[in-house]
Amino acid sequence: MAGEKQRDVKISVRNLNFYYGGQKALFNNNINIYEKCVTAVIGPSGCGKSTHLRVYNRIYELYREQRAEGEVFLDGENILSPSTDLLELRRKVGMIFQKPTPFPMSVFENIAYGLRLHYKLGKGEIAERVEKALRAAALWDEVKDKLNKPGMALSGGQQQRLCIARAIAIEPEVLLMDEPTSAIDPIGTSKIEDLVKELESQFTIVIVTHNMQQAARISDYTAFFFEGEIIEYGLTDEIFTNPKNKKTEEYITGRFG
Amino acid sequence: MKKKGVIKRRFVDNVMKIVSFAAAMSGIFFLFWILIVVFNRGFSAFNWKFFTQISADGADGGVANAVLGTAIITIMATGIGVPLGILGGVFLSEFGRNSRLGNLIRFSANVMMGMPSIIIGLFVYTMVVYSTKTFSGFAGAVSLAIIMFPVVLRTTEDMLCLVPNSLREAALALGTPRWKATLHIVFRASKTGLLTGVLLAVARVSGETAPLLFTALNSYFWPCDPWWRIWDVFSTPTPNLTVTINDYAMSPFEGLNRMAWGASLLITASVLLLNIMCRIIFREDKR
Repeated sequence: MAGEKQRDVKISVRNLNFYYGGQKALFNNNINIYEKCVTAVIGPSGCGKSTHLRVYNRIYELYREQRAEGEVFLDGENILSPSTDLLELRRKVGMIFQKPTPFPMSVFENIAYGLRLHYKLGKGEIAERVEKALRAAALWDEVKDKLNKPGMALSGGQQQRLCIARAIAIEPEVLLMDEPTSAIDPIGTSKIEDLVKELESQFTIVIVTHNMQQAARISDYTAFFFEGEIIEYGLTDEIFTNPKNKKTEEYITGRFG
Repeated sequence: MKKKGVIKRRFVDNVMKIVSFAAAMSGIFFLFWILIVVFNRGFSAFNWKFFTQISADGADGGVANAVLGTAIITIMATGIGVPLGILGGVFLSEFGRNSRLGNLIRFSANVMMGMPSIIIGLFVYTMVVYSTKTFSGFAGAVSLAIIMFPVVLRTTEDMLCLVPNSLREAALALGTPRWKATLHIVFRASKTGLLTGVLLAVARVSGETAPLLFTALNSYFWPCDPWWRIWDVFSTPTPNLTVTINDYAMSPFEGLNRMAWGASLLITASVLLLNIMCRIIFREDKR
């Protein structure tokens, strides 16, 4: 399926190494993420999937002891260079976390907050964009009467879609999803999976997942991580039907991890 | 191996339970005893004059000036101590976690919390009263602010630390600058905790006497007269409830003793009220 798409490289990672204090967590990661595709990142717990993802928006910098070395090019520009404008980088590269993280404010304000942060908009425009984002996140019909209720009052699955709406409202180019359905019930999960498929046409999506069926269902490309290294990367169909590496095969057939 | 008898085991278990229960109850017991005595003695001092007259008339007057003075001193102390404490707490929780400087500040705050308040009073006496050459409500407020500071600092830090890092990450991942993330998101998530910390700090200092003895001193007149001469608070001794209690309780006159009890009841009731308010605010938030 991905073969039909034009494959422009959106993110290009070169020789990425990552350290937690003195402990090395990523070893020479090299990968090209293709534009407007869904790329799944799979691998056993503690293999560095999330760590790798958290380099793309430099969110790891919240913790002083964490450090990345190497190059990560977003549209040809190295985002790891000190001159990168972090706020603009994070506008372009949105992130969805494992647990839903609605802000302690109303549903409406949750989305309007990010909009006001990055754009100068009138009241009407904000309301328009909030509705557009909620519709895009397939949440509008469920919350249109609850816009002034606190975001925390929604169900877990709704909260996660609220976070997706919040992320896409500021019109990013890349969406990073760090196990976005691991804390969500099956119905909520399938809604989010459908949503990911729909958003693919507008965004470059990188999704870390523990669920291999999920990776097979929604992704075009899959990267298999093991002990901080990228063991195998390619079209999802090929990785799942004809893995070249023995470790990959063992993992996707459920022999470990 | 010889087994221990089950009867003995149960007996020891029960004794332990009863003894610890009794120890816990003694805390409540003394609280209520104090409340009953203060209420009993203090309530008889309550009358119209007590709340409206100034203490210049002694037992025929009231403590209205002291109530006002205490309010002014406490508000001023809050105005100085709370912003400093909250900002310091922000530093500890948001920027200085696990850093050497952060640990040093945390340790110093703990030491400050345990410092006898009379020493803080003496310190402010030498620093403020001596250099301004006058006792003043302002000096009193400074010493109370010094007492509030570590309390607010530590509660702020504790409350901010309760906010999960995932929320900070979510805010930053949206492209929020760090200071906005702290002010708009982290503060909002912990606002009841912060408010509780402030109220408890106010409750803590509203009963302090020693730090006011050498700073605000006391007075039998209005803290500012006429009312708009608010700067008097910076240049003259300022009446306050706790030192009034101290003066009146030591007095040989029974009428003044009674008024000391009345003033004690007033303070006790307001501290109790502040504590209850904290509980209510916290509970409302949990819902």
